[in-house]
Amino acid sequence: MSPRQQASEPPALELRSVSKRFGDVVAVDNVHFTLTRGTVHALIGENGAGKSTLMRIADGLIPADAGVVRFFGAAPKAHDARGAARAGVGMVHQHLSLVPSLTVAENLVLGGSGLLRPVETSALLRTTMESSGLRVPEHVLAGDLSIVEQQRLEILKALARGARILILDEPTAVLAPADSDELLRWIRAFADRGGSVVLVTHKLREAIAVSDDVTVLRHGRVVRSGRAAESTEADLARAMFPDTLDRAVASTTPAAGSTIITAEAIVVVDAGGVQRIGGASFHIRRQEIVGIAAVEGSGHRELLRAIAGLVPVSSGAIQLPERVALIPADRLREALISEFTLTENVALHELGRRRGLMPWRELSGRTAALLDRFAIVAPSPSAPAWSLSGGNQQRLVVARELEHAVDLVVADNPTRGLDIRATAFVHDQLREAAARGAAVVFHSGDLDELLSLATRVLVVFHGTVSESGLDREAIGRAMVGAGSGDGAGSAA
Amino acid sequence: MSEVAPLLEAAVRTATPLLIAAAGETVAERAGVINIGLEGCIIAGAYAAFAVGAVTTAAGYAAAIAAGLGVGVLLAVFSVALRRDQIIVGTALTMLALGVTGTLFRMGGATALVVATQPATRLPGLSEIPLIGAAFFAQPAITYVAFGLVPAVWWFLQRTHSGLSLRAVGDAPIAARAAGVRVSAVQASAVLFGSGLGGLAGGALVLAQAGTFAEGMSAGRGFLAIAIVALGRWRPAGVAIASLVFGAAMALQFVVQALGWRVRYELALMIPYVLTLTALGALGKGVAPATLGRTVIDQ
Amino acid sequence: MIESFALADLGQVLDAFWRGSLGTSSAFFSGTLVRAIPLALVGIGLSIAFRAGVFNIGGEGQLLLGATAATFVGLYASALGPIAVVAALVAAGIAGAAWATVAAYLRDRFGVFEVVSTIMLNFIAVNLVSYLVRGPLQEPTRVYPQTEIIPFGARLPHLWPGTRLHAGAIIAIVAAVASWWFLSRTAAGFRIRAAGASPTVSRTTGRVRVDRVTFGAFVASGALAGLAGGIEVSGVTYALYENLSPGYGFSAIAVAILARLRPLAVLLAALLFATLETGALGMQRDAGVPSVVALALEAAIILAVVGVSGGFRDAPWRTWRASGATVAR
Repeated sequence: MSPRQQASEPPALELRSVSKRFGDVVAVDNVHFTLTRGTVHALIGENGAGKSTLMRIADGLIPADAGVVRFFGAAPKAHDARGAARAGVGMVHQHLSLVPSLTVAENLVLGGSGLLRPVETSALLRTTMESSGLRVPEHVLAGDLSIVEQQRLEILKALARGARILILDEPTAVLAPADSDELLRWIRAFADRGGSVVLVTHKLREAIAVSDDVTVLRHGRVVRSGRAAESTEADLARAMFPDTLDRAVASTTPAAGSTIITAEAIVVVDAGGVQRIGGASFHIRRQEIVGIAAVEGSGHRELLRAIAGLVPVSSGAIQLPERVALIPADRLREALISEFTLTENVALHELGRRRGLMPWRELSGRTAALLDRFAIVAPSPSAPAWSLSGGNQQRLVVARELEHAVDLVVADNPTRGLDIRATAFVHDQLREAAARGAAVVFHSGDLDELLSLATRVLVVFHGTVSESGLDREAIGRAMVGAGSGDGAGSAA
Repeated sequence: MSEVAPLLEAAVRTATPLLIAAAGETVAERAGVINIGLEGCIIAGAYAAFAVGAVTTAAGYAAAIAAGLGVGVLLAVFSVALRRDQIIVGTALTMLALGVTGTLFRMGGATALVVATQPATRLPGLSEIPLIGAAFFAQPAITYVAFGLVPAVWWFLQRTHSGLSLRAVGDAPIAARAAGVRVSAVQASAVLFGSGLGGLAGGALVLAQAGTFAEGMSAGRGFLAIAIVALGRWRPAGVAIASLVFGAAMALQFVVQALGWRVRYELALMIPYVLTLTALGALGKGVAPATLGRTVIDQ
Repeated sequence: MIESFALADLGQVLDAFWRGSLGTSSAFFSGTLVRAIPLALVGIGLSIAFRAGVFNIGGEGQLLLGATAATFVGLYASALGPIAVVAALVAAGIAGAAWATVAAYLRDRFGVFEVVSTIMLNFIAVNLVSYLVRGPLQEPTRVYPQTEIIPFGARLPHLWPGTRLHAGAIIAIVAAVASWWFLSRTAAGFRIRAAGASPTVSRTTGRVRVDRVTFGAFVASGALAGLAGGIEVSGVTYALYENLSPGYGFSAIAVAILARLRPLAVLLAALLFATLETGALGMQRDAGVPSVVALALEAAIILAVVGVSGGFRDAPWRTWRASGATVAR
């Protein structure tokens, strides 16, 4: 434990009554967060809980709608990135912000002015490496560094700029266990030397092991805050995924049909060539509703893409059915063309296979029917897609995909941005699709939703796929690698 | 072998405007902006140099740069500030410059149809080197400016913070912004620099080569320069080499008779363009700055 | 240097413009309408290419290749009699398509940027024509840099006796309607539109072979430009010579953009630009204003359209959102 600061000393970072909304969505709601000097404070929560937003407010990247932010007791005049940087805040992002084609040294000093002095930059790099204890190879392009080294460079960047408060956003999400441990040890040492750290994470074990204080966010609000020594993993998991159920858990378990997807030791790499899924084997049968439980960075996205047939597996074998409905995670990038009309967007489905003429009148009629059936608020089928709200856009995507008879439905966060009624409707549609003989594979960041819908759960953690029972706590622990080990083993 | 020296000399002279334009375009493209209006900058600079060059050569070059900048300002406004598509805006700017210079030329009644070209400035000692001395070191002064641009651009990109920020913008604008770099300002400056040099290249075309103006005399040099930048892998040294090769290809049309090749004149004119296609196909496009041609949209 | 115009002179200029473009029936039917035909055809082709996201700036070269092919067939296939003109036009379309295929292949296989490659091909085409009309295809007396005049069988009939308006106008209208119908009513046309609007969505949701689709659009635009060249030869010039095209390939870009890439609107835009160009020629003839000013005006129109319309090519694949999402392409 680090020496506790004097009671009279102001905290390194203080957020008081901070709130932020994006349009209709409340991201952060009246949050109090205090980082004592010389300590590590873990900020925990599911995806969408508001952790990233809160820290971006702290870093000055976005302004808060309400509340006060103070660094070492003083509120900066201009609350922007520069102000925060001057106050000593250094943020290390989850999606690293290095320029891959520049060298280590160049990334370190990016944003300065005047002449580049390689000798001085080199010296700065070495001094920072020495005082912090983090090492990276010097004469290398940032893009050629390993993930671990890239992260170290990010931290060195912040330290070289004089950061006394480090905000680390899911730093161990992309690291192997050994590297994670090393980083956590470093964080602890940094705090012991007087630095202050906010550790944004969803890995409960790490949080307890290395932090002094723990705060849990859920739906933008603080639901638990206290000393790490006084919390167990179970406490935290319960705070993250509480028992309260607003929705009926209607999990009928129909008899599953024939096997429709067979995967044997598949390996999936992402667009950058990094392996995301390693040696997974599983079967999926018709009429099953398989929920994929995973946190960001686990590789579940690549798994879903492989199952949907969008990317080939780089080794192993997978057998997939013909007719697939796909509800992707990012609708504006992958599912809808915003300047096209609703009818045209509906017509995009399986466009590659279509021959001959486009039956626009029929498509228009079908679109109108879909608008009706799915309660999509839109002036007409010929309205442009950009004119719809996000929620209605998502309904349109779901409507389009589930309209046809399919063998497989792959859905990534299908109810994102939808209200309760629409969410229930989508759930009904997915169940109906399964009842009609399709296999449904879906991912949701909301564990309650996952459980209310799924007849089977596969957990993806660090590229490993494992079967889990329908027990909320067990799933929650497996998602964050806590509890019963890393969940190795195949699922049948 | 006696044909090599005059060919080399012609190659260097012909390469000069290409190198100047390509050096400027390198900077612009490293910042992520492709200037399809470069051809327009060149022709604008050529006309300005023609119109003003009779006064003094220096005034001619100054006018050429200004004309190039004029085109560049429009590109900066439409493509960087307003975020419109770089290709379409660039194409329009080239058409605009060709139209305006053609109109002005035909209407203008220039004071002189021929402008005195810069005489060669022999560099003492260097120009005596056998074979390459006369070719490289007995050229009009603007050629030495072109030579000088190569290390200057390299030094700017590799040894100054501005150059570093510019490289960051072209490869990872998000990271650059995170580090506090003003992406739009950097891109606009890069565009202006490239356009100014494009204008200067046009000035060199008139004041150190042709001695007169003809409509459309840029003859695709702007696009050759863009190809040269890609073939030179966006690096000053590579761009210099590629410029020389293309200069030689263009110079062949003058020297073909002297070389005794039995090649029809019109076919010889094709050589630089065929060379471009072949080289681009064979050498591939290399790794362009990641954001080249793409519009960076603010959050 | 630049002559200043008094008000009377301005009136003279405008009058010259009017007389050159629309004022007399001869100007309209034999000048403006005739000029609009190649502008329309190339413009229609460009609409298809641009919609697919292909920046085909090579209309000029593709047109010249088409003109060359039509001349060749017209001169050496006279045995075909009145069918010769059909053969000539088909050959023209094929030649234009082939020329575009070079750039399309380089783009597809080697990632060569089509703006640069098509412009290179333009220059090569111009020099090729120069070579041909001064060499192998030169007219027998070897005096003028042009080919022989093509025989009657290879010529397009006139629509209106006493004018130069030829059947190419019908072809242009048919092409416009056919292209409109293709883009809006067929699956292949819709694929082109989708691929250009968002290759990612097309691949993910539509399982479209985007590469093939854009290749096809590229080649099709070349065919239309080639056809335009063939029609120019078969309907207007009856021979191949240098400077056959006064920059149709470039003006057509402006036509396509003004028409917002809609084939039917291209007809109107082509008429507008033809008016601009023949008017400019009139101004040059009667008022001493250089006709090349039309090029500058056309460019200004492109900038105005693009500036005002919010960048209609704000296609998602061309943007890089600084919020962290990567390029969609």
